[in-house]
Amino acid sequence: MPNFIMSYLGSTVTPGEAGNQFWALMYVLIIFAGVSVAVICMNWIERKALAHFQVRLGPMRVGPHGLLQPIADALKLMLKEDIIPAEADQFVFWVAPLIGLLTAFTVYTVIPFGPSQAVSDMNIGILFMLGVSSLGVLGIVVAGWASNSHYPLIGALRSSAQMVSYEVAMGLAVVSAILMTSLNEKGTGTLSMIGIVQAQQQQGVWFIFKFFPLGLIAFVIFAIAMIAETNRAPFDLAEAESELTAGYHTEYSGLRWSLFMLAEYAAMIAVSSIAVTLWLGGWMRPFPNLLRAPAWDFIFSLFPGLTFLGLAAITFLGVARMPAHSFFKIQRIGLAVFAALLGFLALLLLVIAIAGRSADTSLAARFREGIDYVYWFVFKVAVFMYLFIWYRATWPRYRFDQLMRVGWKVLLPISLGVLMVTAIVGVIVS
Amino acid sequence: MSAGTNDSTNDVSNRALSNLDLETPEKPYLDSNELIINMGPQHPATHGVLRVILKLDGEKVLGTECVIGYLHRGVEKIAENRTYTMFNPYVDRMDYVAAVSNGLGYCEAVEKLMNVEAPARAKYIRVILTELNRIASHQLWLGTHALDIGAMTPLFYTFRDREEILKIFEKYCGARLTTHAFRIGGCQYETYAGFEKDVKNFLTFFAPKIDEYEALLTTNRIWMERTKNVGVISGADCIALGVTGPVLRASGVQWDLRKAQPYAAYSEFDFEIPTGTNGDTYDRYLVRMAEMRQSLRIVEQAVNGIPEGPIMGKVPKVIKPPVGEIYHSIEAPKGELGYFIVSDGSTQPYRLRVRPPSFVNLQALDIMVRGLLVADVVAVIGTLDIVLGEVDR
Repeated sequence: MPNFIMSYLGSTVTPGEAGNQFWALMYVLIIFAGVSVAVICMNWIERKALAHFQVRLGPMRVGPHGLLQPIADALKLMLKEDIIPAEADQFVFWVAPLIGLLTAFTVYTVIPFGPSQAVSDMNIGILFMLGVSSLGVLGIVVAGWASNSHYPLIGALRSSAQMVSYEVAMGLAVVSAILMTSLNEKGTGTLSMIGIVQAQQQQGVWFIFKFFPLGLIAFVIFAIAMIAETNRAPFDLAEAESELTAGYHTEYSGLRWSLFMLAEYAAMIAVSSIAVTLWLGGWMRPFPNLLRAPAWDFIFSLFPGLTFLGLAAITFLGVARMPAHSFFKIQRIGLAVFAALLGFLALLLLVIAIAGRSADTSLAARFREGIDYVYWFVFKVAVFMYLFIWYRATWPRYRFDQLMRVGWKVLLPISLGVLMVTAIVGVIVS
Repeated sequence: MSAGTNDSTNDVSNRALSNLDLETPEKPYLDSNELIINMGPQHPATHGVLRVILKLDGEKVLGTECVIGYLHRGVEKIAENRTYTMFNPYVDRMDYVAAVSNGLGYCEAVEKLMNVEAPARAKYIRVILTELNRIASHQLWLGTHALDIGAMTPLFYTFRDREEILKIFEKYCGARLTTHAFRIGGCQYETYAGFEKDVKNFLTFFAPKIDEYEALLTTNRIWMERTKNVGVISGADCIALGVTGPVLRASGVQWDLRKAQPYAAYSEFDFEIPTGTNGDTYDRYLVRMAEMRQSLRIVEQAVNGIPEGPIMGKVPKVIKPPVGEIYHSIEAPKGELGYFIVSDGSTQPYRLRVRPPSFVNLQALDIMVRGLLVADVVAVIGTLDIVLGEVDR
């Protein structure tokens, strides 16, 4: 096998840094596919979870427990007629969803799933990320304008005002986290996403708990601002269904509409990743500072396998609970195959965890480490995704002026205050 | 109640009468123009086929104009070509959310015209069903109102619980929505076996559910911000515009026809009239929530004290009221529902006119939303609790 393929497996830096273009490209493809699959899963989970919040069942017809519903939806959207309103600006209308999608996916180039599990370790990673993700608003504004229709226009104006004003508070919260990275002997911080996680590793604390409650406040501000940034409930004014029918994408249908949805969910995952990286220790497992014995390493490395084992068990339970009627025969077989697949994956992960339990540099150990990193990162992001659904089920929608008031008069002063206090405390401590 | 003569009411009538000038913009600010937006008739938040033309300055509402009639079926004209008995089911189709109330108003109006009275048992059955229907109507209002403001979940909770009421209706008269539950002179159906048990079960089932709704909304910060001081209307304005029902009561006017001019058996029950103070959307929400609890109280008293006896009064086979006219109104869930019937002594009404609460309350929309934002228009339409079947008839 050529050297550039194998050499990465022993490397401790990202392929981008090592100049390994093959693996950088592989990562781009893996992340693109992974995020797309994650969006599909998220779509199904959101519909099911939301349904159960609301005493409904959610999708039940397409595949067992509606598991194939997102795929059916995607197919339907692709096959739909591609409508561009006659009054719309054709080219801009065409290009708007692509802008949103492009920015949402470009962000992933710097998200670290592990110390070497990223496309690249940019030294201005967080800056790049904020910059690119804030470009996403351009797609929405342009979509609203190009539709040449009143409701989309109002939706676009709302979302541009909203995103711009929440970006300020968001940025300040991020700066206070970055300040914390400079608390080392050199006294220099870092903007690199990987560097930020490593700083938390060195200081032995997630930044959410650093200078309690300063880190927590900054984190909460970010967590609020990121919901507004992604136009999700209770800040989903840009697409407020009951007011603006569908907001900026009222005139969109079919594939273009689905691109907006894809971009929205991709952006949700992206901002959650920032929050995880900055405050929740990124790829680190829980309690790396307290439970540092190698035995704990081993126990925590069993979690990925156990998670899939649990999923497989739930799925098998679903198979057992299916009605015995012959009408459900195919569904039962399908679900059983899915469960078996999950179980096989669980076994594979457990085998890797056990085989690679020694902390040497063997291939199994490297694999075990990589799986751990990605697992804990994805796990933390998934918690955020669940919160997004929970918020949507619980809260009414803010009004536009109230939203601006919260952004400028509440979040901005608090984040400024937290930034200053963090700086002062940081100087005193160091 | 007569309209007041103070300044504020005059002001109201002026504002309410002024139509929108859709052609010329008012005082252009820099180079910005007013935006004319068509909300409806196909719009998720207009509760049917209401069309509201909004004149906006950015997001601020400069004025509104309602265009109605998309659901006009000529109910009043139909009445002139049907016998009194045949027209009875038609009234269910006006406010289809509270069909029982409509039927009650109509039957009582004709009874009054004929000078007959329903027996006591029939009156109690009427009260039980009407109050259950009031709860069902308020549940539907709550769910859709919350959905308009962005809270999805209450809708499904209210629909889940409303189902229990509809099941009782279905068991009683075979229909869930357009019930046609009452007849002129009483009720057609005796209560089914287990009716009282079902109703009592519902009472114990539903009381904690109101708390559940309130837990989601009443102290919810966003809900309060979205509803407090939104769509404020004073009691005097309400009276000047003829606005009735919970909207009037939330503005501090204690006016409920069940107390003011008791009909059916309402004089025999002990209940309160919940009122608000500010006349804003939040107060209207609280008033309706309190009304659901009061309705439970009424139903409880009625089902415990339901007398034995006949359910049909002495009514001739062919209903031929004497020459004359009658106006009879009841407190429907949405306000004062009145029937004005002119009889020429034949088997058909000479003229029948309905005073629909939704239609009259809808008049207040314009003065309630001026100066507010687009999002508030949706909230105010929701809080007025209109049903377009009744507005357009």
